[in-house]
Amino acid sequence: MPKIMHPHPTPTPLPLPHPLPLTRAGLSGFPSPAQDYEGRTLDLNERLVKRPAATFFMTVTGDSMGPLGIHEGDILVVDRSIDPRPGHILVAMLDGELTVKRYERIGQRPYLCSGNPRYTPIPIADLECQVWGVVRSVIHEFPV
Amino acid sequence: MIGPVGLVDCNNFYVSCERVFQPRLEGRPVGVLSNNDGCVIARSAELKALGVEMGTPAFELRDLVRRQGVVLLSSNYELYGDMSARVREVLEELCAGVEPYSIDEMFIHGDGFSRRQLQDHAQEIHRKVRRYTGIPVCVGLAATRTLAKLANRAAKSVPGYAGVCVLSPGSPDAQALLEKTPLGDVWGVGHRLVERLALMGLHTAADLAAQDPKRIRSHFSVTLERTARELQGTPCIEMNDTNRPRDRIMTSRSFGRLTSNQDEIHQAIRQHAQRSAEKLRAQDSKARAVYVFLKTNRHRPDLAQYSPSAIVELDEPTDDSRPILHAATQALQAIYRPNYLFMKAGVMLIDLVDANRQQLSLLDTPQRQADRERNDRLMATLDQLNQKMGRDTVTLGRPSPKAAWHLRCANRTPRWTTQWRELPYVTAR
Repeated sequence: MPKIMHPHPTPTPLPLPHPLPLTRAGLSGFPSPAQDYEGRTLDLNERLVKRPAATFFMTVTGDSMGPLGIHEGDILVVDRSIDPRPGHILVAMLDGELTVKRYERIGQRPYLCSGNPRYTPIPIADLECQVWGVVRSVIHEFPV
Repeated sequence: MIGPVGLVDCNNFYVSCERVFQPRLEGRPVGVLSNNDGCVIARSAELKALGVEMGTPAFELRDLVRRQGVVLLSSNYELYGDMSARVREVLEELCAGVEPYSIDEMFIHGDGFSRRQLQDHAQEIHRKVRRYTGIPVCVGLAATRTLAKLANRAAKSVPGYAGVCVLSPGSPDAQALLEKTPLGDVWGVGHRLVERLALMGLHTAADLAAQDPKRIRSHFSVTLERTARELQGTPCIEMNDTNRPRDRIMTSRSFGRLTSNQDEIHQAIRQHAQRSAEKLRAQDSKARAVYVFLKTNRHRPDLAQYSPSAIVELDEPTDDSRPILHAATQALQAIYRPNYLFMKAGVMLIDLVDANRQQLSLLDTPQRQADRERNDRLMATLDQLNQKMGRDTVTLGRPSPKAAWHLRCANRTPRWTTQWRELPYVTAR
């Protein structure tokens, strides 16, 4: 059984939730050419996950956020450590369900809005209680 | 002078993990079941209020499920393990040191804070763990571990504290708490001791704290002497004190030198698992799950850090070294990564049950009963030999890699945080 070589001599120190770089590259049996390029590997975890302990992934169902670039089947990177500000995309708890919305202020009042005008904005009663986390990024994969 | 010690305890941990991803469970009576024998191993506050005890078989709850809307879930250890690691990580960020005591309890060091700052610090821990991970916790800070345990209980049960209790030594609050605490609620004081202490007129933690520790030692034991000293505010219990009665069993050791060698680490894990199983049998318990962790050296920031952990649930509560070893090996395989220099490895047996009160599985047959008796005799012989002839006289060989670790988990929630195919859904409507 050939020894598995890793392109990165010191793999990223980030623990779960990210998949570990088991199969990232270099499964062949010969010495990794990457050794000469130490430090040049780009790590998506490092880019997308700022605080691993507070970061969760979720799958989107429904189409109300399409105009904001969030589509059915996309994966949201949700960070619970961020203070929500107007303009943020949030995962909120509505009627016991996890829902993705945009946080906006209309007049002086806070609302949860959809990207789709068919859905009316929902006034927020208690921001602290209703916000689950702030969406940092969206992963949209194309069929290839 | 050692700095203050804190105990952070996750509230109804397994249920809280489930609620993070199912907000609709908030406010409802929820129970988590052991997978195989179908009895309750974790309860929400609402379920406790209905009078449901730990260990109640699931079938006895059928009526409550129908009439009171009780929700019963199979245990999802993969989720609990990941959430526990997240809680620990947040604590590592906020505290000088963190020592997991069990999957849902962690001791923290409060070094470097003035007394006035401590209250704010404890509040921050309370708020941030909840915010970042979704898991509600209670925080107790005090001069010693025994007092921190009491502070934590108070934080949980006395509404005025609202989840955070900082006890300063000798304060009226601390004294009042000791006076209100029956000895049976003091860490490490079992019910037999309680009876003997009552004969001496000692009933509360304050009574014990008022004694001369030397007298306690001569009448009882060094262990109780330490408890008395700790109640007085002198720290003298270290982690993994072997004389403490255990609700979980931990065996861990640092490697002589940093190592990334999988065989070496595997050997250590096997030894720890075997040793833990012996301790388990010595105290007449059985374990439901095995928790394995590795640690890199956090004082070497020049090295890549990776301190993973994993839990493998056992098919049924057991004290048999073989399935425990097998589970530990499996857990190690799941978390081990090459290229990290590990400093420490450990095995913890969790969710212990009394061996004599173990619920028989519905799948039990006379054949299995006979098997079990034979296994018990085998393990007893093993322990005897190792006791008489020295540890590791007889050890178990490598378990065969027959990967038949099937779990029955009818009501298991998805492994939301560890499996791409099981991520939680968020609706866009």
